[in-house]
Amino acid sequence: MDGLKGFTILLLFQLAGEGIVRLLGLPLPAPVLGMVLLLPALLWEPLRRPVQACAEFLLSHFSLLFVPISVGVITQLPLLEQYGGRILLVLSLSTLLGLVVTALVLRALLRGTPADQGDAAHE
Amino acid sequence: MNDVVELWIYLSEMPLFGLTATLAAYLFGFLLYARSGYASWANPVLTSVAILIALLLLTGTPYPRYFSGAQFIHFLLGPAVVALAWPLWQRRQVVRRYFKALLTAALIGGAVSALSAVLLGWAFGLPRELIVSMSPKAMTAPVAMGVAEAIHGLPALAAIFVLYTGLFGAITAKYLFDWCKIDSWPVRGFALGTQAHGFGTARALQINAEAGAFAGLALGMQAILGSFLIPLVFRLFQ
Repeated sequence: MDGLKGFTILLLFQLAGEGIVRLLGLPLPAPVLGMVLLLPALLWEPLRRPVQACAEFLLSHFSLLFVPISVGVITQLPLLEQYGGRILLVLSLSTLLGLVVTALVLRALLRGTPADQGDAAHE
Repeated sequence: MNDVVELWIYLSEMPLFGLTATLAAYLFGFLLYARSGYASWANPVLTSVAILIALLLLTGTPYPRYFSGAQFIHFLLGPAVVALAWPLWQRRQVVRRYFKALLTAALIGGAVSALSAVLLGWAFGLPRELIVSMSPKAMTAPVAMGVAEAIHGLPALAAIFVLYTGLFGAITAKYLFDWCKIDSWPVRGFALGTQAHGFGTARALQINAEAGAFAGLALGMQAILGSFLIPLVFRLFQ
């Protein structure tokens, strides 16, 4: 029952997000606003167990949820044939650069704090 | 033989087909991923998408027909993004303590992602609408599509760029971080979430709970910051 309650709570917060985004004309995605709203709401203890049950289930299968739109690549094949190589090169280089810069900046800022202690050498 | 063909045509036109095929392909992809000892190159999304594309091409199934079933899984993306509040809640003390550092890293990381994509795209002579659609590539797909629309890019293309970026980031990050000797889980997770949104977060969640929580936070920050800042910057330069 907790899982089902949790699912309903998540949908209610997404719905609240949709409503606010629409009313205020925010350039934000509704689920992100839903997440921002749910965070303080978890101060209310009765929400926690149901949300935990559903969130852990959904998030343990998070990558499955990206499969349907990813398959949509086949609708853009002609364009990708023409520019595909260059597009992949640009996106790859930019992503590698972004990963390194973000990690180095954060590591420098967190240096000396407990969050800097690493044991991730064997991912 | 004709009966078999007719039955296939009947079944393949039902939404049930797309839904079942998606789950079966993903379970198979995940089996390979588990067999490989959760190696980052064996990403289950990559395997299952390859299987499904091959299946659609071989059977001549148009994408909209496939999606009529797969949309039930796609729909769960919304509540799953809301659910990212849970790992954040669990680590609220850490997040509060390091908030300034995290915000700075998110701003710099997001700027590097968008600017380097635009500059590289320009240097490689890509058409303008492609370059514009690349700028929100580090944001989670539903958000990036909205941003692309706001800056006169192509949302469908933006979604594809986002997906490739996420997949590429989720697969390469481990090797890159090992090579740069970045061995803190919060730092690895946060960088993954900043540059590779949901794919990076999914990968981080599979590897380490702490990395997963920081990746989820980074994804949320990127979505909020990017959806305000990217359209703003484009407006300034137009």
